[in-house]
Amino acid sequence: MKTKETEGQFFSSKKGDKDIKGKFIIGITQLAVILIFAILFIILGIIIYQGREKFSWEFISTFPTDGMTKGGILPAIIGTFILVIVMSIAAVPFGAITAIYLTEYAKENSKFAAAVRFSIRTLAVVPSIIFGLFGLGFFIQFVGAGADKVFNAGELHWGQPNILWASLTMSLLTLPVIIVSVEEALKTIPRELREASLALGATKWQTIKKVVLPGSISGIMTGTILAVSRGAGEVAPILFTGAAYYLATLPGSLSDQFMNLGYHIYIMSTQSSDVEKTMPIQFATTLVLLILTLSLNLVAVIIRSRIRRKAN
Amino acid sequence: MKDIKIEVNDLSLYYGEKKALKDISMIIPSNKVTALIGPSGCGKSTFLRCINRMNDLIPNVTITGQMLVEGVDIYDKNVDVVNIRKKIGMVFQKSNPFPKSIYENVAYGPRINGIKDKKQLDEIVETSLRQAAIWDELKDRLDDSAMGLSGGQQQRLCIGRTLAVSPDIILMDEPASALDPISTSKIEELIHELKEQYTIIIVTHNMQQAARTSDYTAFFYLGELIEMDKTKSIFTKPSKKQTEDYITGRFG
Repeated sequence: MKTKETEGQFFSSKKGDKDIKGKFIIGITQLAVILIFAILFIILGIIIYQGREKFSWEFISTFPTDGMTKGGILPAIIGTFILVIVMSIAAVPFGAITAIYLTEYAKENSKFAAAVRFSIRTLAVVPSIIFGLFGLGFFIQFVGAGADKVFNAGELHWGQPNILWASLTMSLLTLPVIIVSVEEALKTIPRELREASLALGATKWQTIKKVVLPGSISGIMTGTILAVSRGAGEVAPILFTGAAYYLATLPGSLSDQFMNLGYHIYIMSTQSSDVEKTMPIQFATTLVLLILTLSLNLVAVIIRSRIRRKAN
Repeated sequence: MKDIKIEVNDLSLYYGEKKALKDISMIIPSNKVTALIGPSGCGKSTFLRCINRMNDLIPNVTITGQMLVEGVDIYDKNVDVVNIRKKIGMVFQKSNPFPKSIYENVAYGPRINGIKDKKQLDEIVETSLRQAAIWDELKDRLDDSAMGLSGGQQQRLCIGRTLAVSPDIILMDEPASALDPISTSKIEELIHELKEQYTIIIVTHNMQQAARTSDYTAFFYLGELIEMDKTKSIFTKPSKKQTEDYITGRFG
């Protein structure tokens, strides 16, 4: 039997050790957090500071001039918008249907569904440059050139980089994001609601259409927005499939090439004819792209937190 | 029992290898309330969910034997499960209104059956809610969200929603277990009124409720139907020892 006194000593000596250890660990975690904030603020700070000079309404509403050393970035902004719109039209329905299959129709132990899930996970970790090369090889050289052979007697029209192929390539990249978001949203619909609908004599599809999908519409939107913001920022997939260095006019059809914000930054920083002059443009373009993707992500975060609150 | 609504012959249910319902045979009479009682896990809810084939949704469930509803085996290959569920409504333990308006909740079933006419839908909504004894409370706020109702109101709305499809049989899975005493007594009154027109099967773990509301009582234990009889007989002179032990509170 220990006496009360020794017990007390035992505890007090141990407590000192623990205090030091605890403080050390708390210190490290705090340091890590501060570091992350610092990095973020440095990045944002530099971009805002360097970009503010050139950033203006004129900058985002006019064409580049003087060998892209002056003027604005309107075609790059519009090109980016067209890219993400066409990409969403291709990827959202496809992704949503896949997600509906996986959550609603696939049997729990289905080998096929497991294979689909594995493919999606794999797709999500494929480096984006691989998508770019795939797009070049598959869409342009195989589908596009094939179409030209069949329909245009070999005359080059679809067998070259354009908005359509770039958007489709980008949609492959963003597909996993959409599928996972929609799946998550579908799963938040409680089993009780599905059962309520089925017990009233609704078919499975009626239940999905009238109860499950309306309940997960905001999740589908979140997925779309996240995909759009990812697509707006990626450059590698469109490098060989449609992005243009400079265009004097806005694209008029899906078979035209386009300018793009991310690609424009790449061009400005690597292919510049006069670094002194293009540096501010490069930073201001970065600022525009950053504002665009951050605000998209913010909207997605807001919608998602609303869903979570509703699910609880 | 003169009018047989449901006849069950040697019905067994397996979750994978595990036999959860063991050779159940029973007869459920028309326009009566039949209570299914027994301790948790005895299979009474599982059995209830066999009657409208709700267990179809659960993977790895196998069912053998016959479930004859008005003489038709509902597990026959040629039977459309959707029609079964239209004829056999279900009220769940936890009230589960759709996150839609009160009106849309009730109109959901009729709409699925292809009724589009607004006037006809209005009529069905009113009749169903009147039958569920909740019309007077809700008639001025039909466009409000059903999620804003109290638990008891939600449950009566769910009953109204079930009635809107005009079923013959209503299955109730512990419909009042999550409700306060006043709401519970309202539901029990409702059950009493509804049995004029419907055959009601209610699962309950509350023996007073079974005694109050039902005409017949079936006692389940460990997946078996121990006995079924007039409620009065079960509660006054049960023929099996296990039934007696259960209703006198010796276990369960």
